[in-house]
Amino acid sequence: MTVTSKEGQEVAKADLVTLTIDGVEVSVPKGTLVIRAAEQIGVQIPRFCDHPLLAPVGACRQCLVEVALPGPDGEPRTMMGPPGRVKPQASCTLTASEGMVVNTQISSPIADKAQQGVMEALLINHPLDCPVCDKGGECPLQNQAMSNGRGETRFVETKRTFPKPINISAQVLLDRERCVLCARCTRFSEQIAGDPFIALIERGALQQVGIYEKEPFESYFSGNTIQICPVGALTSAAYRFRARPFDLVSTPSVAEHDACGSAIRVDHRRGKVVRRLSGEDPAVNEEWITDKDRFGFTYARQDDRLTHPMVRDEETGELRTASWPEAFVVAARGLQAAGATGVLTGGRLTLEDAYAYSKFARVALGTNDVDFRARAHSAEEEAFLASTVAGTGLGVTFEDLEKVGTVVLAGLEPEDEAGTLFLRLRKAARKGLKVVSIAPFTSRGLAKMHGTLIRTAPGDEAAALEALAHDGEVALDAGGILLIGERLAAVPGALSAAAALAGTTGARLAWVPRRAGDRGAVDAGLLPSLLPGGRPVDDAAARVDLGTVWGTTVGHEPGRDAAGIVAAAIAGEIGGLVVGGVDPDDTADPAATRAAIGAASFVVSLELRATDVTQAADVVLPVAAAAEKAGTFVTWEGRQRPFGKVLVESHALPDLRVLAGIADELGTPLGFKTVEAARAELSELGGWDGDRVAAPTVSTGSTTRESSTTDGDGLRLATWKQMIDDASMLDGDDYLRATGRAAVALVSAGTLAGLGVEAGANVTVTGPGGSATLPVGVADLADGVVWLPAGSDGINVNRDLGATAGATVSVEGGAA
Amino acid sequence: MPTLKEQFWDPVAGFGVTFRTMFKKVVTEQYPFEKKPTAPRFHGRHQLNRWPDGLEKCIGCELCAWACPADAIYVEGASNTEDERYSPGERYGRVYQINYLRCILCGLCIEACPTRALTMTNEYELADDNRADLIYEKQDLLAPLLPGMEQPPHAMLLGDDEGDYYRGSFRPAKNESEA
Ligand code: SF4
Ligand code: SF4
Ligand code: SF4
Ligand code: FES
Repeated sequence: MTVTSKEGQEVAKADLVTLTIDGVEVSVPKGTLVIRAAEQIGVQIPRFCDHPLLAPVGACRQCLVEVALPGPDGEPRTMMGPPGRVKPQASCTLTASEGMVVNTQISSPIADKAQQGVMEALLINHPLDCPVCDKGGECPLQNQAMSNGRGETRFVETKRTFPKPINISAQVLLDRERCVLCARCTRFSEQIAGDPFIALIERGALQQVGIYEKEPFESYFSGNTIQICPVGALTSAAYRFRARPFDLVSTPSVAEHDACGSAIRVDHRRGKVVRRLSGEDPAVNEEWITDKDRFGFTYARQDDRLTHPMVRDEETGELRTASWPEAFVVAARGLQAAGATGVLTGGRLTLEDAYAYSKFARVALGTNDVDFRARAHSAEEEAFLASTVAGTGLGVTFEDLEKVGTVVLAGLEPEDEAGTLFLRLRKAARKGLKVVSIAPFTSRGLAKMHGTLIRTAPGDEAAALEALAHDGEVALDAGGILLIGERLAAVPGALSAAAALAGTTGARLAWVPRRAGDRGAVDAGLLPSLLPGGRPVDDAAARVDLGTVWGTTVGHEPGRDAAGIVAAAIAGEIGGLVVGGVDPDDTADPAATRAAIGAASFVVSLELRATDVTQAADVVLPVAAAAEKAGTFVTWEGRQRPFGKVLVESHALPDLRVLAGIADELGTPLGFKTVEAARAELSELGGWDGDRVAAPTVSTGSTTRESSTTDGDGLRLATWKQMIDDASMLDGDDYLRATGRAAVALVSAGTLAGLGVEAGANVTVTGPGGSATLPVGVADLADGVVWLPAGSDGINVNRDLGATAGATVSVEGGAA
Repeated sequence: MPTLKEQFWDPVAGFGVTFRTMFKKVVTEQYPFEKKPTAPRFHGRHQLNRWPDGLEKCIGCELCAWACPADAIYVEGASNTEDERYSPGERYGRVYQINYLRCILCGLCIEACPTRALTMTNEYELADDNRADLIYEKQDLLAPLLPGMEQPPHAMLLGDDEGDYYRGSFRPAKNESEA
């Protein structure tokens, strides 16, 4: 038999070795482990420590088999131990070789007995915890003890016990007596996540998984260790004792927390999601997900979740519950009366919902005033997205990152902003990929990727990108990849410089946004100058192309962007606002956004939970959370990640159904009411093969910026959001939140000395709009720069300081 | 033409059984006016047992629910805390329901129970005029508090940890003379 996997077919005959397993001849690529060669012929050798994505270690000895190698005469000779005794070999550390003869537990009583012996040894100190153990029912130890162990125990002595579970982190609990010392968790932490804060300590019967006492196991990926632990030694604080596997309905889905589109498995019981696990998708997230993807799901059932439509009562001026038909009518009438209307959506929409907003704005409201960017943005960014990103389909992929020599990151901190991407970059870096980051300092993530820092103060990224074209050391060429974060939108000239750099060096370029719906929103045309599929608004052919599917004409004037809509609403040029999932505090200017919502004469809010916007809105329409609807997320790669409805019994309506209801009342039906119909229309529409907008060529603003570092004692502000922070999508997941990194202001050692305080002391950072007090720490920042997490420990930089990245702030020792 | 036997004897013979039975002991049971004890191991309504100090034996492991062929049992476990303890050890059954509309009283659940928390009583009067009342909740199933037992939540009174309970090496419960 020959391996028939795709990879197998690619290898030439010369690269195959042929061996015999249980009397069946099998050819496998050179370097294949015996345990996996056996899988090819359908033989499952029991195992605990072996994991396909971790380096072999041979820690548990459960996979013993009898092996014979051909001697000089070609006859197989069994591998022997002490004279006269066969020495069984660990099949998970043994590579298959030509002529090898392997007999597993199926054909060899010796192997079978060896496996039973190992199992017995493992069970000696294993507690009889199954009834109270979360792994019970899906436990490889339970299963393999049944299939490859003895039925009866011979051990009558007292078992070793440890005090019951200890916290490895706020989220991960360890029952030391259940551990079989397979080292999967420690190997994962070291090899995959790069957070080796857990290790095997002590020896002999007391050997156990331990943490460094001074440093807590703070990892954004710790949940994966729970999933790969082959026993119930590692359990999740949030899921502890919640359910049994047979209670759960498991549905494959896609994570909604970042733009990586990780495959997940959602387990729910009686209409409630109780846990999420990593799905398996070699092309995207392999078998790993971030803790945010794993543990962040209770936001959808918080007390402030909206359940009924609400309209503002004409007499009392208060919001009151209404029926859907009434709410649709009131919304439609109000929007008609309000005149010009702008549409603001956040970055969390599915592709189908984004498409519905896009069509709703153009067809039902007749405007191009629509923007998904609830964050700092610019016209340059819009041109960049239109020219390079929108509707371009699958570009740079996760797998490509492993094939190239150099990856340059700019305005992107993958560990915080795209965790799955970080894991893939780290994997590639361990195999030789060179990671170069244009960033203010060497973050923990960059250090874990063994990356090189091009130290850049915020605002100077454009110049740094320009300089890269001539940088002999980085030597970016066609074999390189440039990953651009959404934060560069706030730096004039940076995106132009990135596009130019890709043009001159031939390096491939990818835009990595932070939210799951960002790329889909670009593809669906949630931009004032862009129609679905990357069609430019001011291109007549594109409008005609779209018009044939929509059966209507589309305005040819590009609309206002989010900041423009906000300004126009304040100025009274726009009367109506349709707001879908925007938190004013996320926007670059929270005060202005609030003012706009207050100033608009009629506000329709589509939201999950009560927010400042719903309180001010005239009609509030509750929408479905990700688990309550089907949809598609588009990853930063441009890969479509469709998913089905998880909570099938939910009656919550997706945004597109709500918009269709309002559009009907406005007399301009959207033409679809279900996710399937929207998908069908999207595929009918197809991509755009006509002319694209030219890449932006904004000159760098670095010269004007230069002055700001020098004026007085002001420091330039660098900031981004940490993965686990105050985000509303993490509300209710308290154990997860407790694993977030504390808010610390980082400055250079020189700057710290100037402040006259010690690291760890409190400092007060003051921006134009206020100040915040937090501890200070040291990092390898340039002098004159301070980094703050954008939204951790109750400090929201946009809201509290009134400043965004690149702004000048002042820092003083001590609390305010 | 019927024979003489058929004409005269057979009709009377039919009453023979009736006459004879008139002089035998009656087997009719006057239920519900008179209740008879069941066989000692009759499978009746379930009971959730307690330790002698009143803590619950159920650990919320769901093995009974797993064993149930009629899917009649619903259990949700939860963690005991130092301040709120319902059973020895870490885990207790926070929600426990048996749906007697489904239960076939087969007893597989009590065989599955690792702590002997779940047993069956001889109680067989399981009828009602509405569905909701036939879903028995934990408080309906828990054994009554006997003398010496205290209503949980309370600390482990019989030993220092759950091991003492399970090994049976616990102190005797407070008996009445002490109380
Ligand atoms: S790890 Fe597995 S075998 Fe051990 S107590 Fe848990 S369920 Fe039982
Ligand atoms: S805790 Fe689990 S994964 Fe870690 S060594 Fe023990 S058994 Fe293996
Ligand atoms: S009654 Fe027994 S089997 Fe059922 S949950 Fe409680 S301890 Fe487990
Ligand atoms: S699986 Fe081979 S030694 Fe553990």
